[in-house]
Amino acid sequence: METEHVFKALAAHHRRHLLDSLSQTDGQTLTELCAQLPMSRFGAMKHLRILEEAGLVTTRKVGREKLHYLNPAPIQDVAVWVEHYRRLWEERFGRLEVVLQELQQQEQRNDLIEP
Amino acid sequence: MTSSNLSTETTQTQAAPGQMGKGDTGMARTNIVAEPGKQEIIITSVFDAPRHLVFRACTEPNLLSRWWGPSRLTTVIDKMDMRRGGSWRFVQQDANGSRFAFYGVYHDIVSPERLVFTFEFEGTPGHVMLETLTFEAQDGKTKLTNRSVFQTVEDRDAMLRSGMESGASESMDRLAELLAEG
Repeated sequence: METEHVFKALAAHHRRHLLDSLSQTDGQTLTELCAQLPMSRFGAMKHLRILEEAGLVTTRKVGREKLHYLNPAPIQDVAVWVEHYRRLWEERFGRLEVVLQELQQQEQRNDLIEP
Repeated sequence: MTSSNLSTETTQTQAAPGQMGKGDTGMARTNIVAEPGKQEIIITSVFDAPRHLVFRACTEPNLLSRWWGPSRLTTVIDKMDMRRGGSWRFVQQDANGSRFAFYGVYHDIVSPERLVFTFEFEGTPGHVMLETLTFEAQDGKTKLTNRSVFQTVEDRDAMLRSGMESGASESMDRLAELLAEG
């Protein structure tokens, strides 16, 4: 699943709420989930469809009910994405630390020369 | 208000100390916040050095060029006119001679507290970021916060994605370096 879809799916407040809700009670029906959003059933279904398309929610039919389950795997992919970017900065800051150490040593030497 | 625990958990990560890098200092602990659907990235790190030195390392060309770019590229400071409305331009070059240039304009310089400037990659003109660097003194240490605000969420996400590509190659370079040393 493309991480870009996952980011888009996570970008809306209502969709994050649906995921939070499923993380607490997995396997909810459409009616249960729709009741939690301040919008029409149609609007809520649209949000659920985006979550399904991003692979964040899977569904299973049990009798006449459609049950919704949280699939956290794609969120982990996004986390990997962010983690790579973080590491890039950490490497950059690691080089900055070397420069800072040198500057501190220079200052200490200057202090010794000029009491 | 509903919490968005789920999203913040996945986008805030903390460094594992001393995983990489040379010397005995270990790496700076670097924290990133990139919330889904937002146009910003906030990066923070605490350095074991007084604030005026961290500010100097971020504002003096001969110091900045040593740490700003990835080590596989050489960074040349083409221009660094450190005043309100003054512009800056850095050029990076790889071993094959390919060049990548970045430029922008300084908007605020408050020594040794704050630096505000625009940031643009010449390869993608018109995609401008606003960068705010804040330097906070903390018991002889310095907390550096780098806040980048993008024009769109798509631009923000593209920047995060770039870490995937360049980050991987940087790590490979490091590995090659370590192997060569050993």
